[in-house]
Amino acid sequence: MGTNVSNLLYLITIVTFILALRYLSNPAHARRGNQIGAVGMLLAIVVTWVKTGGTSWWALALGMAIGGGFGAFAARRVKMTAMPQMVALFNGVGGGAATLIALAELHRLLPQPGKPTLDILIAIALSGLIGAISFTGSLIAFAKLQELIKGRPITYPGQKIVNLAVLAGCVGLGATLAAGVQDQWLLWAVVAGGALFGVMFVLPIGGADMPVVISLLNAFTGLAVAVGGFELENNVLIVSGMLVGASGTLLTLKMGAAMNRSIANVLFGAFGQVSEGAAAVAAGDGGTVRSASAEDVAVMLAYAHKVVFVPGYGLAVAQAQHDVRQLADLLEAKGVEVTYAIHPVAGRMPGHMNVLLAEANVPYTQLKEMDDANPEFSRTDVAVVVGANDVVNPDARNNQGSPIYGMPILNVDDAQAVVVLKRSMNPGFAGIENPLFYNPKTVMLFGDAKESITKLIQDVKTL
Amino acid sequence: MSHNMLLVFEVTILVLAIFLGFEVISKVPAMLHTPLMSGTNAIHGVVVVGAMLVLGLGHKGPFMWIVGFLAVVLGSANVVGGFVVTDRMLEMFKKREPPKPKDE
Repeated sequence: MGTNVSNLLYLITIVTFILALRYLSNPAHARRGNQIGAVGMLLAIVVTWVKTGGTSWWALALGMAIGGGFGAFAARRVKMTAMPQMVALFNGVGGGAATLIALAELHRLLPQPGKPTLDILIAIALSGLIGAISFTGSLIAFAKLQELIKGRPITYPGQKIVNLAVLAGCVGLGATLAAGVQDQWLLWAVVAGGALFGVMFVLPIGGADMPVVISLLNAFTGLAVAVGGFELENNVLIVSGMLVGASGTLLTLKMGAAMNRSIANVLFGAFGQVSEGAAAVAAGDGGTVRSASAEDVAVMLAYAHKVVFVPGYGLAVAQAQHDVRQLADLLEAKGVEVTYAIHPVAGRMPGHMNVLLAEANVPYTQLKEMDDANPEFSRTDVAVVVGANDVVNPDARNNQGSPIYGMPILNVDDAQAVVVLKRSMNPGFAGIENPLFYNPKTVMLFGDAKESITKLIQDVKTL
Repeated sequence: MSHNMLLVFEVTILVLAIFLGFEVISKVPAMLHTPLMSGTNAIHGVVVVGAMLVLGLGHKGPFMWIVGFLAVVLGSANVVGGFVVTDRMLEMFKKREPPKPKDE
């Protein structure tokens, strides 16, 4: 197959990818878009298969069977609550593939004198570096989300300087390679440095900031793939990679905006560290916490006109999404209006809560984004906070000393009453005190979210 | 096409792709941000095409075999996993479940 023909066929693939993203603008036909994209991908793979001309077809088939088999198995088995780490993992392997392609391309081109031109060398160094950062960074993110390693920020003095030095070293080595010192080992050093940087850059970032990190790593892999397209002079890699790069960048910025923090602050701020001083201050003027029994809360809910559930990462941890939905159904059967208010950074990845609730068959028309949800709280009788903390912390509005001051939050304290489902009075992941718990409107229902909701279901049934 | 012309052409489509990406993605509602992430994940799985070219076309030394093979494995995992996970997720987004008994 000639290059022109294959490039035209790749163009069809590119169009299907764009359609896949366009269809994602509406949940009603998003799934069809994804299927169109999958067909386009299949076309690209078939075209490439034909291009390779049948040489070493068995190696291709074996590699694809192993990789595809693993991908399909993992994707089918994963629980919806574990979706963030799954996305991180698939993101990482893509970055790893881009790095390997860079290594192979340099190896192929080097023996031919004068062959790798400057632009190809730059592309090789860049995709090797970015792919490696994305690979190890994603694996660390995976390990953190899977709780294989501590989710809390890991920091040490001089960390930023060390990180910066490693990155600068990589760029320097890459520049040396591009400048004409054509040695395979230089690229290995760049890749090793990138891998090291990926580890060191994700390690200090706390779990609550994961939505930002995952989006950013997604952008990195896309960029590495796009740059890889320059090495192979392949249009489908360039365009598709860059679409992903743009998407990841935009999501990263959106997540940053939803936390009212600059991306630099998220990446280098090591959130958990900053907050301890402020937490101690806030704890001083605490006041009293009112705890309620499940029976009391059940009565509040059953006789309300409008109840809003506010889910957070605790919902995912307790796997309580199905129980929440059951409770909501019961309440709706009693004539209560139920909606869900979802903060953009609730959970561990962008849109995490929507996926969980969708899994529990909550119709997406009941899921309200922050801007739509906030005006409704003043008409709400009971706001039920399930495993959320920072995203409902009024300090973000009122307390300039708070580390999350300025972050847009869900104003649950506008509701007539607030019920907070929480394990204990321990401050949340970020270690920030939350005055909502001391608000006279608030009652706490302590215990595992799933057990508490189950009790509420039983009690509402008896009413 | 000379190498430089090709390069300029490639940079052009790269830049256009950035704008296209921003344009298309900004229309995705926050509700679908997780499927967006996994969907774009699947799309960058197109890296498998590059991996296949490396394994299928390169002059064959043991190094190319190993690296190309590993790249194909990783790329295929990316593609299949990405699309399957996204499909599973999007399948769950429903407007309204089949009418449930309401007795009021």
